[in-house]
Amino acid sequence: MDKIGTVANTTPLYTLHRELDAKIVEFANYQMPLNYPSGIITEHRQVRESAGLFDVSHMGQIKITGDNAADSLESLLPTDLSKLDVGRQRYSFLTLETGGILDDLMISRFENHYLLVVNASNKHQDFNHIAASLPADCTAELLDNRSLLALQGPLAREVMSRFSPDLSAMQFMDTMVVEVEGINCQVFCSGYTGEDGFEIATSSDDALVLAQLLLDQTEVQPAGLGARDSLRLEAGLCLHGNDIHPNVTPVAAGLSWAIPASRRKGGSKTGGFPGSEPILLELENGPALTRVGIQPEGRAPVRAHSEIVIATGESIGEVSSGSYGPTVGRPIAMGYVKSTYSDLGTELQAMVRGKPLSVKVCHLPFVQHNYKRH
Amino acid sequence: MSDIRYTNDHEWARLEGLLVTVGITDYAQDQLGELVYVELPAVGTAVNQGDEAAVIESVKAAGDVKSPVTGTIVEVNESLNDSPESVNDDATGQGWFYKIEISDTSELENLLSETDYNALITELS
Repeated sequence: MDKIGTVANTTPLYTLHRELDAKIVEFANYQMPLNYPSGIITEHRQVRESAGLFDVSHMGQIKITGDNAADSLESLLPTDLSKLDVGRQRYSFLTLETGGILDDLMISRFENHYLLVVNASNKHQDFNHIAASLPADCTAELLDNRSLLALQGPLAREVMSRFSPDLSAMQFMDTMVVEVEGINCQVFCSGYTGEDGFEIATSSDDALVLAQLLLDQTEVQPAGLGARDSLRLEAGLCLHGNDIHPNVTPVAAGLSWAIPASRRKGGSKTGGFPGSEPILLELENGPALTRVGIQPEGRAPVRAHSEIVIATGESIGEVSSGSYGPTVGRPIAMGYVKSTYSDLGTELQAMVRGKPLSVKVCHLPFVQHNYKRH
Repeated sequence: MSDIRYTNDHEWARLEGLLVTVGITDYAQDQLGELVYVELPAVGTAVNQGDEAAVIESVKAAGDVKSPVTGTIVEVNESLNDSPESVNDDATGQGWFYKIEISDTSELENLLSETDYNALITELS
């Protein structure tokens, strides 16, 4: 499945995407559905109002086993795995010595291993980075026989519970291993849309049958990468490569919440991850740049890489993601500004096609998260 | 009697007397996806053939409308400001962008006929 070459890879659902008449684009060296004939806006609304099924099988699943797996992973991730119980997952990131973010990921703990779900474009790099640092008694495996589906939306829970009633009680960031019509699934109560929903990892041999089963439910419609991007932007979630990358720290990105007290200064396991020095220093002193929500005042979308300036014309930042928010019905964006300009309501300008457009620093997310929490 | 011509960039131009109505093709709107923003030129603007005359944005991408002919903009479809989606619904009808008074009707000869344009998009799809 994961051959090196010039021809893009496909997921086990590729034939299904074609049958559903999806517009196919190449993303992270995979041929993926951008949208289906209903279009990005309709698919976006479907997820906010009912349930949408995404194929995210291009993402990397890295399995880590070994007695010292937790300690080894803590030398790569600013997280505390002693507080991660079996049946739970959490958000973290691989950091670099500079303090930058190599990738962001979800880590879950199962009975005998940890599973990392990483971005498609970074999976080989992440795997090499992790494998190179593991001691001999730990193994890392980039699983090439697993697929990942995401069923997202307010009715996703009802749909999944139809097949496995145990799932109805799942809370945000819980994980479970269940059978769905005889198909073994790892189910994660999480997603990338801001809605309640699930991500489901299964064998690539079973993925197509599972996807078809879910699409047969009246509440469910397929949704592509286009809607995935507009949904995550409305939810204020970062896209690695745009909003976070090796040249930005977790602190500037507003992701300090994912660094527990035990890994901070004065904590029981302080530091000890790549870039801990600059990151912990920045946690104390505040970052030079801050990721903020950006509300364009007009109707024109403000896109990634638009320069952000103040009235004098001085450049003070750059948009990292920008599009139209189908649920809020107006353009939305986020980006980095010098921290002195990061207060809510600060009036700034974004340069679009050579013209300054009025924008304001605004609250994130643009739509409320609808996670089911303990 | 009206005559519709096309550009390689997927604009259409319909000649009625000296007035040319301009829009993007159904193929173009389908490629862009649902439009969420249209920036129209000001009435009175002089544009050359191939100049960027309007901006279009879908959820995913920004694009432009290059003027198929040289002339002066005499009317714009203001309804697109509130309903850019009418370009998706009816690209060659309600979704027109502007009317331009053409300076040199011979420019139309550089444009594609319907048959040639259909051959172009068949090749692309």
